[in-house]
Amino acid sequence: MSAFTLPSATLLAQSVLSGIFVGALYGLMGLGLSLSWGLLRLINLAHFAFAFLAAYLCLQLASHGVDPLLTLLGIVPAFFALGVLLHWAMARFALTPFNSLLLTFGLMGIVEAIIQSIWTADFRKLESVYANQKFKVGALYVPVPELITLVLAVGLAVAIWAVLRGTDLGRSLRAAAEDAPIAAAFGVHQKRNALLLAGTCAALVSIAGVCLALTSTLAPSQMYAWIGVVFAAVMLGGLGSALGPLVAGTLIGVSEAVTMAVTAPSWAPIVSFTLLIVVLVLRPGRAG
Amino acid sequence: MTPLPLTRRTALALAFLVGLPGVALAQAPAGQPIRIGSTLALTGPLAATAQIHRIVGDIYVEQLNKRGGLLGRPVEWIVRDDQSKPDLARTLYEQLITADKVDLLMGPYATGAILSAMGVAQRYNKVLVHHTLGIPSLAKYDMQFPAWSLGSEPATTVPNTVFDALAAGPKPPKTVAVVTSKFPSIQFMSAGAREVLKKRGLQEVLFLEWDFGNRDFGPIANRIKDARPDFVWVGAIGLDGNLLLDAMKKIDYTPPQHFYLYPAPGPLVSLPEAKNALSVTIFEDQPPFTSHPGAADFVKLYRERATKAGLADPSVETQAAASYTAWQILEAGVNATRSLDDKAIASWIKANRVDTIQGKLRFNGTGNFGDDLMRVKQVQNGHWVVVWPKEVATPGVKLQAN
Repeated sequence: MSAFTLPSATLLAQSVLSGIFVGALYGLMGLGLSLSWGLLRLINLAHFAFAFLAAYLCLQLASHGVDPLLTLLGIVPAFFALGVLLHWAMARFALTPFNSLLLTFGLMGIVEAIIQSIWTADFRKLESVYANQKFKVGALYVPVPELITLVLAVGLAVAIWAVLRGTDLGRSLRAAAEDAPIAAAFGVHQKRNALLLAGTCAALVSIAGVCLALTSTLAPSQMYAWIGVVFAAVMLGGLGSALGPLVAGTLIGVSEAVTMAVTAPSWAPIVSFTLLIVVLVLRPGRAG
Repeated sequence: MTPLPLTRRTALALAFLVGLPGVALAQAPAGQPIRIGSTLALTGPLAATAQIHRIVGDIYVEQLNKRGGLLGRPVEWIVRDDQSKPDLARTLYEQLITADKVDLLMGPYATGAILSAMGVAQRYNKVLVHHTLGIPSLAKYDMQFPAWSLGSEPATTVPNTVFDALAAGPKPPKTVAVVTSKFPSIQFMSAGAREVLKKRGLQEVLFLEWDFGNRDFGPIANRIKDARPDFVWVGAIGLDGNLLLDAMKKIDYTPPQHFYLYPAPGPLVSLPEAKNALSVTIFEDQPPFTSHPGAADFVKLYRERATKAGLADPSVETQAAASYTAWQILEAGVNATRSLDDKAIASWIKANRVDTIQGKLRFNGTGNFGDDLMRVKQVQNGHWVVVWPKEVATPGVKLQAN
């Protein structure tokens, strides 16, 4: 068998489609991280832990008969509050981006241990009405849980982009990220805005967690497997960007999927990280 | 003199009196405890499986102390958390020997940590019995003993057993897809499967590898569907099988026949798409495996404890059986030599067969490995049943194809 195989058109199209779906999840996972990193200057690794915590909460509620999408009504406000609380604590210690990375990495380990003690380290799968739903478009299969993820990812990215571009709050947030003292001099209520944004980031990642529960099998230790690729999507997409992580995530997802269809699955990470390196070399300011 | 009639009640009273000292002795080990040290991946990515070894170790030490401990002394198991990190396992084994001054060692989980522990054991001339070392060729130390009976050449013997089972089944395959994780103890087995299938005149229509921790199995499922194999060999570890089957379901594809090397057994069996999935095992909690001495009691006790601990699958299979076997091997070595001398224990184990729940095991082959006792099992009606070889197959069960 050669390493390179010419795929059939159906195989290629199905691979592109699954790349778009998985890329949407990368984008959704990266959205809150990008905003936190770019606008609050905090690299919040606990995002990955929060995503998994939300996924397990969704799993738990769904096991009591609650529709997984309806769990968002409780999970999103709860995580908003959690995000606000965490940011309030971090702000008290005036953490540098590097220290925030260390602190939230520790927090990630704590949340993993909590998840493990409640739900065990075993694999869990959400059984819901959506799990087996799919439809066919021509020769292509479109799974409903992945489609829901894509719709949510696009909808939220566009909504956040619109808020950042078109509202006073968005302009204040961007101004504070650009030059906090000057923004404060113009009357921007930095502390309040930062808490609001931190809460929003946590709420966004909780939505990603519910999508994760809908589409994937869960194990606490898997949260670490997402770090590399989501970081790549965030850095490629541009820090603080709302649409960037989604576009970059989709690009990575599709490139990985096509690589897997044409060559070997083990080459997929090489392609996505090569993309990241190329972009960082050509546009070094991207991760600034 | 007329002999006294031996009534049932008298006989019972006599039996009680005769047995009493023995029982009293067995229940009261005395003196300084014998300390057995090990690490387990109590946290980290391997924690789900290591939890099995923790439960089994607790059960075994409890049973051992109930029947008098070792050499009449109580046994204390010191278990440290290696956090699924082989380098940490190395440090902790070093500490167990030098700081905790344990009398004996027990192996950790999994292959990486076992190899780390083996290096330390070799440095201090300690016997190391281990549960599930996946790559026998790496076991170079003379005083290490495997409890997982996969033979010294599993990359050849195990695939041959699987293809023998398929050849005797309802749809002997002609074309095969080999898709595999690059996880070390998996990759060499899948490479072996490729060699074996070629030697048997089968056609390999697809070969794919992925890195451990791969999240997206959609494109792999697409490639398999496109290749249309009669049989899919999946070099799966942990959740790989579930993720691949999920991805296959999303494109409405069911492989005609499919095999998963080392899947997480509980989650796979509970998946409807895993119907007729094949795997390998050294032990299942069903006859004839449970007929080995002590096996039925262990299976019952393990089921209770695993259920209480919230494990998804409370049945005894390869991991739990290998873990229990490891303790049996160590106990047999100590009891036979009446000592804690590592060299004496090692010499005895190597020269003798040990009674275990897997049967009588030998350790005189290459790398101290004995026979390959890997059997082929299949998911049928939501349960694992053993389908090959015939002599150990679950009564009334035959291999099925989709």
